[in-house]
Amino acid sequence: MSNHSATSEITFEHAPAENTSRIWKVFWLLSVLTAAELLLGYGHARHWYGGNEGLILFVKGVICILTLFKAYYIVSVFMHLGDEVRNMIMTIVTPLILFVWFIIAFLWDGDSWRTLRNTDAHSRPNIENIKHHAPASAMPGQKP
Amino acid sequence: MSTTTVQGTKWWAGGKSPFNATYGKVMMWYFLMSDAFTFGAFLISYGTIRFSVNFWPDPNQVFNAFPGFGHQDLPLSFVSLMTFILIFSSVTMVLAVHEGRHMNRKGVEKYMILTILGGIAFLSCQAWEWTHLITGEHKVLVNGALETWGTTVSKNPWGPAVPHEQLSALGLAASEHVTTPGPVAFGGYFFGITGFHGFHVFTGVLVNTIMLIKTRLGHFDQRGHYEMIEKAGLYWHFVDLVWVFVFLCFYLI
Repeated sequence: MSNHSATSEITFEHAPAENTSRIWKVFWLLSVLTAAELLLGYGHARHWYGGNEGLILFVKGVICILTLFKAYYIVSVFMHLGDEVRNMIMTIVTPLILFVWFIIAFLWDGDSWRTLRNTDAHSRPNIENIKHHAPASAMPGQKP
Repeated sequence: MSTTTVQGTKWWAGGKSPFNATYGKVMMWYFLMSDAFTFGAFLISYGTIRFSVNFWPDPNQVFNAFPGFGHQDLPLSFVSLMTFILIFSSVTMVLAVHEGRHMNRKGVEKYMILTILGGIAFLSCQAWEWTHLITGEHKVLVNGALETWGTTVSKNPWGPAVPHEQLSALGLAASEHVTTPGPVAFGGYFFGITGFHGFHVFTGVLVNTIMLIKTRLGHFDQRGHYEMIEKAGLYWHFVDLVWVFVFLCFYLI
């Protein structure tokens, strides 16, 4: 295997991995994490957690964290982002921090929307109930 | 091995990639990042609507069928199969990239074929699931009249169940499972987001097929490197990555 660059843009060529052991390790890791998620989700389907809302929310949070681990391993090992130059990793990962605001703000908005619907649904004018009168200018036979 | 600690290299002076990666690969990463925002926006919009209503269908009731098992209640089973198909096709893809790094054309061909088959299997599963949802027949009580609904972008038969006393008042057997209409947005979000993901899988299969043909024709051997396989692989892994989140948002929570 020659070690010189495939293209002129590359300064230093990484030596290719000797074997596939890291790939299979991540495959088993992803399988185990998915199986754990499925088990927790199946428990929800079979009502193992009773009607305990707090416990159900906790289990869903655990599933979300397991998913983030899966995403990390797919991106870092399968997509080889972990092997790239640190500055390149940063240009990709930093913009994704926007998601933190994005998720909090929009779910908060949805929740507030629900509260409004449940509390003042009838105390404010509802667009469907407003009677629209045709403006005088739109009456037939009249010029505006 | 570290590539960043070499002294006296003018990384930003031009001529060389400051990231020690080809232009094509860096741009593929930026495309995938923008695509992540598109999918993120869809999923967060779905979350907002879901948070804004008092009732949302339970995925375990909606997605509980498996081909060949009739009406048995098997929550999460079929989607587990789909998830493992996609994870496995991701593994065969990364193995194809590995073989490409070692300039082993036969190995690349073998693993590209397996990856394409995985993608086709996933799309077939999705076609079955959509058909099952759209053509399924559910008794729904709409304004006092009984109707039969499938799940579509305008109809959602997965609302709260009608109490048994009310069923007998309507002259129906108390054992019947009759629901009221659920939030209309459910079908639109489900078919919209899984459809957009399925479209990505479809284009991924197309790209991988082109890569397989180019491998067979020996284009990458002539070029001296298999970087195109790596770039196609990035796209394919991204499709798997998005599924991880679609799976979370629609089936698990």
